[in-house]
Amino acid sequence: MTATVVRKRSALTKGQLPKFAPYIVLAVALIVGAAILALIGFNAFGWGLVSAILFAVGLVSWSGAVEGARKAKDKLATCLVVGSFLIALLPLISVIFTVLVNGIPGLITPGFLGTSMNGVTGAFDNKAVEEGAPVLGGIYHALMGTLQITLLATVISVPVGLLTSIYLVEYGNDRPLARAITFFVDVMTGIPSIVAGLFAAAFFFAIVGPGTKTGAVAAVALSVLMIPVVVRSSEEMLKIVPNELREASYALGVRKWRTITKVVIPTAISGIASGVTLAIARVIGETAPILVTAGFATTINNNVFGGWMASLPTFIYTQILNPTSPSNPEPSDQRAWGAALVLIILVMLLNLGARLIARLFAPKTGR
Amino acid sequence: MTTNSLTTSQGAGRAGDKVFSGAAMAAGCLILAVLFGVALFLVVQAIPALTAPAEDIQGGNGFFAYIAPIVVGTLIAAVIALVIATPVAIGVALFISHYAPRRLASGLGYVVDLLAAIPSVVYGAWGAAFLAKEISPAYDWLATYLGWIPIFEGPASATGKTILTAGIVLSVMVLPIITSLSREIFLQTPKLHEEAALALGATRWEMIEMAVLPFGRPGIISAIMLGLGRALGETMAVALVLSSGVLTASLIQSGNQTIAAEIALNFPEASGIKVNTLIAAGLVLFVITLGVNMIARWIITRHKEFSGAN
Repeated sequence: MTATVVRKRSALTKGQLPKFAPYIVLAVALIVGAAILALIGFNAFGWGLVSAILFAVGLVSWSGAVEGARKAKDKLATCLVVGSFLIALLPLISVIFTVLVNGIPGLITPGFLGTSMNGVTGAFDNKAVEEGAPVLGGIYHALMGTLQITLLATVISVPVGLLTSIYLVEYGNDRPLARAITFFVDVMTGIPSIVAGLFAAAFFFAIVGPGTKTGAVAAVALSVLMIPVVVRSSEEMLKIVPNELREASYALGVRKWRTITKVVIPTAISGIASGVTLAIARVIGETAPILVTAGFATTINNNVFGGWMASLPTFIYTQILNPTSPSNPEPSDQRAWGAALVLIILVMLLNLGARLIARLFAPKTGR
Repeated sequence: MTTNSLTTSQGAGRAGDKVFSGAAMAAGCLILAVLFGVALFLVVQAIPALTAPAEDIQGGNGFFAYIAPIVVGTLIAAVIALVIATPVAIGVALFISHYAPRRLASGLGYVVDLLAAIPSVVYGAWGAAFLAKEISPAYDWLATYLGWIPIFEGPASATGKTILTAGIVLSVMVLPIITSLSREIFLQTPKLHEEAALALGATRWEMIEMAVLPFGRPGIISAIMLGLGRALGETMAVALVLSSGVLTASLIQSGNQTIAAEIALNFPEASGIKVNTLIAAGLVLFVITLGVNMIARWIITRHKEFSGAN
């Protein structure tokens, strides 16, 4: 195969592609890809796709000719693995780009964050489209609803979740009850969110009366989704508290519950807090359970125990599916995308906050 | 002084211990009670729909004629999602665990986790407003050239709001779940196995084939099952993306419906027996996902007990 020995090459690297081979193949693939796309109509996505296929085919066949089938197979696997990562990035970039482009016009509309949809009817939207009047209405009611429902859900979930994880780590000792709880917490993680919503609805229909839809019902539904997340993350954090700390505390004659509240939890608090923040980030974007439990309101309702309540996700959903003005859905779309942008910013801030909490308040190891 | 109260207050301390451990155990039992309650309340509210005369149920042919097509629709959407997401997710997990430079790996893992952080309603809006529009030419192409296959039978939906689009959106949503679990299990592959394979002259792919994938197989299977659970229960992506209709074999025409989307679209305006019908549908969904999740968890725990490698 390598009959023409032109250059001096070490026997060790004989029969291998040169280091710069992938770059050459990439350049050729990009040029040929551009040429092919120029023939059938150019677009960036098609160029990337065609070039990637050409690159993989070119590199693998060159490698097969020079290095043999095993190395070629390795190269093919590398191409596929890297390719799948790039494919996974596409929707992420596309979603964020779409939300930014469509959401910013809505977000910068005056009064978007400060007004509700109270009294905003289809007539105003028709006027906005036909005569260029400003788009009225905003997300204040939905933002307040989301914050209140999520806060109530957190207030319910954190004590239950934290106490359960304490039971599992400190008292459970692999008893049947502890094992059952672990198993069912895992199973609970997989409950479809809409089923959690139906449960809360069915529960309150049976207890309070049919058709009960309030913010509190939604908060119960969200708690069902949030508790398992809190339990799992707190459990992990409590488990990594060194046993020496507990034993030192017991050796000083401190009771178990004082040890837990004064030694174990303070040591793990940063991890617990970041886990709770991530759990909030997870439920704040839930739509389906709120849809079936809190209804959707267009006015500000600050009472979680009475009346329908709006929330950001259901606001997005209803504005897209049932525009305020059916004949001119553009203003509704604009409000929906603005709300989506606000929601994504909230979720990202919570995720970022969780990381910061974990880093800033991490226990200081004495060494 | 507080230090004294820690050691001297015997009676209060003992009571505190009792109260605290009791509270912890009560919280644990509450979780079991909630899960039991989910099942109980769904059953209680579902019974009227199951016992009602057939003509009262939507469609007029009884509950099972009503639920059967949407169960099939749910399965179709979930299968599409898994067929697309599984190979990509395993590739991404391998990329992060064995291919990416060590320094970048955790950052890249965070980027994939961002996919999981985006709320489902935003995915739904993206799928309806962006993906459906962009992908409909591809459906036309499929209908023209592969139309003889029943699942690609034309005419393709002009809006692109089909079960295939919904499945693609679902695949994006289950991707981070399968990725993060597979990544965890790939990272746990015994280093000695990997190094032994490499020392015998295996290429990187052969090492992965011989050491990483066999070790990770139970983990991958349970990750796929958990992804399946998520895909079955996901509501918003389908409710916003799919223009629903009767059960159709073609994936590129409008039609089909999933349980979760059916509930979300109809529950807010429902009343009377319709509410019970939808809750019964939710019960069916609950049973299906519960089964899938329990199998997945069972595989994980079995693997944990018998894996002697680590």
